[in-house]
Amino acid sequence: MSEAKRGARAAPSGDKHMDGLVIKAGGWLALALLALVMAALAVDAPFAVHMGIVAVAALTVLWTTVSQADYGAMARGVLKMPASDGTYDDDPIRWGVIATLFWGIAGMAAGLFIALQLAFPVLNFNLEYTTFGRIRPLHTSAVIFAFGGNALIATSYYVVQRTCRARLAFPKLARFVFWGYQLFIVLAATGYLMGVTAAKEYAEPEWYVDLWLTIVWVAYLAVFVGTIVKRREPHIYVANWFYLSFIITIAMLHIVNNLSMPASIFGSKSYAAFAGVQDALTQWWYGHNAVGFFLTAGFLAMMYYFVPKQAERPVYSYRLSIIHFWSLIFLYIWAGPHHLHYTALPDWAQTLGMVFSIMLWMPSWGGMINGLMTLNGAWDKIRTDPIIRMMVMALAFYGMSTFEGPMMSIKWVNSMSHYTDWTIGHVHSGALGWNGMITFACVYYLVPRLWGRQRLYSLRMVNWHFWLATVGIVFYAASMWVAGIMQGLMWREYGADGYLVYSFAESVAAMHPMYLIRAAGGAMYLAGFLIMIVNVWATLAGRVRDEKPMTETPYNAAADRPLALVRAA
Amino acid sequence: MATQPTEKRFSHKKLERNVTLLGFFSLIAVTIGGIVEIAPLFWIDNTIEKVDGMRPYTPLELAGRNIYMREGCYTCHSQMIRPFRDEVERYGHYSLAAESMYDHPFQWGSKRTGPDLARVGGRYSDEWHKAHLIDPRSVVPESIMPPYAFLAERDLYVGDMRNDLTALSRVGVPYSKEAVAAANEDLKAQVDPAAGIDLQKRYPKAQVRDFDGNPDRLSEMDALIAYLQMLGTLVDVEKAAPQEQGAAPAAPREKAR
Repeated sequence: MSEAKRGARAAPSGDKHMDGLVIKAGGWLALALLALVMAALAVDAPFAVHMGIVAVAALTVLWTTVSQADYGAMARGVLKMPASDGTYDDDPIRWGVIATLFWGIAGMAAGLFIALQLAFPVLNFNLEYTTFGRIRPLHTSAVIFAFGGNALIATSYYVVQRTCRARLAFPKLARFVFWGYQLFIVLAATGYLMGVTAAKEYAEPEWYVDLWLTIVWVAYLAVFVGTIVKRREPHIYVANWFYLSFIITIAMLHIVNNLSMPASIFGSKSYAAFAGVQDALTQWWYGHNAVGFFLTAGFLAMMYYFVPKQAERPVYSYRLSIIHFWSLIFLYIWAGPHHLHYTALPDWAQTLGMVFSIMLWMPSWGGMINGLMTLNGAWDKIRTDPIIRMMVMALAFYGMSTFEGPMMSIKWVNSMSHYTDWTIGHVHSGALGWNGMITFACVYYLVPRLWGRQRLYSLRMVNWHFWLATVGIVFYAASMWVAGIMQGLMWREYGADGYLVYSFAESVAAMHPMYLIRAAGGAMYLAGFLIMIVNVWATLAGRVRDEKPMTETPYNAAADRPLALVRAA
Repeated sequence: MATQPTEKRFSHKKLERNVTLLGFFSLIAVTIGGIVEIAPLFWIDNTIEKVDGMRPYTPLELAGRNIYMREGCYTCHSQMIRPFRDEVERYGHYSLAAESMYDHPFQWGSKRTGPDLARVGGRYSDEWHKAHLIDPRSVVPESIMPPYAFLAERDLYVGDMRNDLTALSRVGVPYSKEAVAAANEDLKAQVDPAAGIDLQKRYPKAQVRDFDGNPDRLSEMDALIAYLQMLGTLVDVEKAAPQEQGAAPAAPREKAR
């Protein structure tokens, strides 16, 4: 975080807040003690470890709270507040960018590892902590919630301030959201490795971690809405609609899907509130809309700010953004049952899910068209600006996977594609192509501006990153298409004698070359990410690679501040 | 929608200028689908067909199921057989909604990196399961499953099983008071035929024997194999079939394709 010291350094006046300090310090101390008591009474070891982590986190905040007021320089680096109203509150955004990159590397490395485990099962190492079953939730949660979540929180803080021309509301709460979210990630990830899981895909954290996330998420909503309330612009910009609906909907989904009954208040184990068919539909209502709102609405919000900014063109169609916003959020929520075709879910629910999934194609492409057409008049930038190139590729993959999704939700297609690796390929063309690429582009946009650098260390390295990622996705998606269709056909193949032709084990053996190609694709994607880390690192270090620039980075420091002050000046 | 020339009556600008309205209407838009699709499942009677034989898990099966969840088995194995000829011939009768009515949470799965397990109970011997879990490739050379040898080397530690049964009965699983009170004894009795507890009385079709080949110790392997061996064995699906055809016109199923 040493780079994160560009902002003002003056300490907030300590004496005035002495009472508040005592209350706050007492509160954190109480939380730490409570966690220690819970750890001592724990009925299972993982719960004790988790309460230990909570206690350490609470004590760290206690220490920084106390030292911030009285002694300190170091603590201020962690919790400092901006001194003047003349700048945006960018510290949590800087931390968020670094956290995005850190968790991204961790999550994708875990993904590559489990991909290799499927090709070479010896990599499970005969250790409980390194089995596929425990690391797979680690991978999915790390890339969706840690990498994606940090990207969403950081960019939403950035976008909401710029488009409202106002500083973040509740700056301390904004910092709590960031650190609280990191604690959530640490608890979830360590839990998976210790076998603490609710065993519902993408909702694996146990009850106490869910409760913690609920608190953090409500704080996030308060910061975001509070900032919009104090805006200096009459209109709420379209990106903020998407962020707002993402935050509200995720809160609803998270709470309902994680309703559960703990076996013991001192233990990690809980039992889901719903069972069987009701639980299945609740889970996929959640699961599909984790995609729809976390990975789509939130990332569309990023698209709506950063694509016009990087292209220096206005959004293509204001009217299209209204239509596709409302139809997207209304239709998405219905699509969950397509994860349960031909199961014991009633037929009417399956058909309803399929119909709405197909309708969803249109608003999805509305977003893609609005993003791509924003480049009207700036298409030449694809040649000169690798960041624009990434954004265009992200939108292309978004369009591709939002076509593939409705197609796979047709029952006839789904009867073959369900349970196969085609689903995995579909998810990754969306996740790597759309979410990954647009996040990389936004981080490349943000880094020089947030750290006040003239430009990125190297744009040609961005170009390398772009091509490695693109080719990596092609390897990944193509191998999984082949693998999935091969599985689907082998499982249902009948011989002339009227018997099934293949045993299940034969279909597993047939996957081996596809798993190798997939791992190679993932490795290329990860290699591109590593190039990005080097590039960002060097940019933060203030270095500029001696190369012919592919484009400039427009930044107007005078205009990048709240409107009140610009007027005053 | 709101952008037509009827701007006098309603204009989208109102929503764009008021975060409360925007948030409120967003929330309305995203709640409708869930209410229409999910809520009826709790009220419509034929969502779950009435079948004989379903009962809550025995304490040992429940402990095994918790290990199944802990190890993330659901990431590679489904427990939901679809009504297709190939699936029915490969795995057995298609799954009924009733068969997971006591599953908190459900474990239908979404991916078959390994085969479906909905009716794996009774298909292999206990010895096969133990050998397979310790080293999958010793019995299935093509397998890519991780080895779970540590299960056999570890005592089953579940804490107080009464807590687990109480939690489940609070969310609607019909455990009797006696069943909850006897949970810890029932757990041990299932691997000890000499214990003299009539487990089948409380849990019909419960299989009582030592599962992991080591009668001296109650291991995690015992619990997991006990769970796997009961999967799909409770309901007599052939008896359920005719009742289904008459009772559920809303959800017709093709038996074969």
